[in-house]
Amino acid sequence: MATKTTGKPAAGKNARPFYANHSAAQLKEALRRMYLIRRFEEMAEESYVRGLTHGTMHLSVGQEATAVGACMDLSNADYITSTHRGHGHCIGKGAEVKFMFAEFFGKEEGYCRGRGGSMHIADPATGNLGANGIVGGGLPLATGAALAIKQRKGKDVAICFFGDGAQNEGAFHEALNMAAVWKLPVVYVCENNQYGMSVSTARSTAVKDVATRAIAYNMPGVTVDGNSIADVNEAVSAAIERARNGEGPSLVECKTYRTKGHSRSDRNRYRSKEEIEEWKGKDPIPAFEKDLEAHGIASRSEIDAIREAVEKEVQDGFNFATSGTNPTPDSLLRGVTTTDDIAMGVEA
Amino acid sequence: MSDIRELSFSAAVQEALAQAMEADERVFLMGEDIGVYGGAFQVTGDLVHRFGEDRVRDTPIAELGGAGVAVGAAVAGARPVYEFQFSDFATLAMEQIVNQAAKMRFMLGGKVSVPVVFRMPCGSGTGAAAQHSQSLEAWFGHVPGLKVVEASTPEDAKGLLLAAIDDPDPVLVFEHKLLYKVKGHVPAGMYRTPIGKAVVRREGKHATVVAAAIMVHKALEAAEILAKEGIDIEVIDLRTIRPIDGPTIIESVKKTSRLACVYEGVKTLGIGAEISALVAESEAFDYLDAPILRLGGSESPIPYSPILEKAAVPQTDGIVESLRDLVKGRI
Repeated sequence: MATKTTGKPAAGKNARPFYANHSAAQLKEALRRMYLIRRFEEMAEESYVRGLTHGTMHLSVGQEATAVGACMDLSNADYITSTHRGHGHCIGKGAEVKFMFAEFFGKEEGYCRGRGGSMHIADPATGNLGANGIVGGGLPLATGAALAIKQRKGKDVAICFFGDGAQNEGAFHEALNMAAVWKLPVVYVCENNQYGMSVSTARSTAVKDVATRAIAYNMPGVTVDGNSIADVNEAVSAAIERARNGEGPSLVECKTYRTKGHSRSDRNRYRSKEEIEEWKGKDPIPAFEKDLEAHGIASRSEIDAIREAVEKEVQDGFNFATSGTNPTPDSLLRGVTTTDDIAMGVEA
Repeated sequence: MSDIRELSFSAAVQEALAQAMEADERVFLMGEDIGVYGGAFQVTGDLVHRFGEDRVRDTPIAELGGAGVAVGAAVAGARPVYEFQFSDFATLAMEQIVNQAAKMRFMLGGKVSVPVVFRMPCGSGTGAAAQHSQSLEAWFGHVPGLKVVEASTPEDAKGLLLAAIDDPDPVLVFEHKLLYKVKGHVPAGMYRTPIGKAVVRREGKHATVVAAAIMVHKALEAAEILAKEGIDIEVIDLRTIRPIDGPTIIESVKKTSRLACVYEGVKTLGIGAEISALVAESEAFDYLDAPILRLGGSESPIPYSPILEKAAVPQTDGIVESLRDLVKGRI
């Protein structure tokens, strides 16, 4: 997505910054990406249930505002690291769903040539360094990407997505401390969906708000409504600006909720139906649509057109994947090291 | 003139680091106390004064984070060299080395490379006891995606490190601490010792010894002693633990018909197990005139007492006796 403030602002200067600082086209693109994430994941789940894909996957249904709101002011030169629940970040950063579906189907056309699957999906061309199967695995990696930017005196930033589970890992402490000591251009975006698998943050975490942990690293920390794309974007935008100006890292906590289970094995024994229903009522997508209509940025028919276009893109992507190329067993060592690749006569 | 100069192992490592930083601005160093302190073993020495604190970057005491930051920087286009103060501390960073660095290229379909170097001071003999004396090369050698090298001479210390920094994949460079003060011929230029190639340090016809790092020196000492008895030992310096140089070992065993593996890491499931199996699975098996011999570290942590510490890893006298028995058919 283009950097912010390109094109005519969508709303007058009295509107909140999210609407005043983005063009109508940017905001509609943001809505499109939120749909795309939702429909991609629903279709991916259906494929799994129908036995068309194997393995497991972690759905972020309900969390789309955080992924899109955090990514919408980044360029391809900016990095993100993602999590095991990373489909939204991938699409938010600009990935195409047809290559994502191809990855899920284990095809050569997939983003990782079918070697990574859902948990390692990545798109280095758009600056996405990948989802991660290890909780907290991306925290040092994003910090390192930010260090590389600083070493080359660049103006790019790294966004590190992580969940409430990861902030209890040691890597969180080590990475945030180092980023603050070295004033690295990185924004830590905590998607607090309130459960680390089955254990609630109330049972796992000594503080009520993850953002308060920023105090320990002498960096700004804010908690926002992760289901409001405007709230997320404004907070992350401010943090990005700080990072680009050489003022160092920030922590943004986005309180949100996954309305689906942790993964396919989840029987939802740790939370009530009422709680899930309550959060379904806070769905970020209709809320954003309502705002776009209220600001006169998108009409109902435009919104419907976006929905239809996404429907087609998802169906086309699914079809693309099912007719993809299966890897051959003799390509097993491809990508293990560059030496293996050279021996096999393949290029990266 | 400069080509006949001698440098210590640690000075050779430092020269490699300096030349690499001079040649490529993407190269930088990270680690605990590598700046004004000069590194726990004085390997980085005064480099901070030459290259500044950004390129000779002191880190907090945080090995998981430090190693992971190096991995992330490598993926994002930098060429970091991360020094573990002791290779034992890499146990704190296994997640980033094994799950991230080693697998990232593969998991991402070959679309990224991870040109990170980890420097790994290892080995016993300094009285530092169980948590500062291990030889964990074989652990890392078990992981597809990693490359593991270990020099025995100052010349190779420089050449292997420069090769590691050039390499697009993650490389762990083990440095035996007792070798840091060993001096030897080191060419002045920027040369690379190829990763994946062993070298025959001494030719012989009665038995092949495959050794790494300090054990190469002990094997050579043993060979000199045995030469006086008419026993002629061939000594192979492994230099790379992964990918291991099978052909050089197999050729040698076909010539000598006897094989001994000498290494400091714990004997069981160690480097020697792999070399033995590699030979047993090859055409060299038919050439063997005696069982394969493994001399490795004891099945214990490294102890503090100097007497016990010596007893915990192969020593020259023991190597001499074992090789004599091997050649005389007493095994």
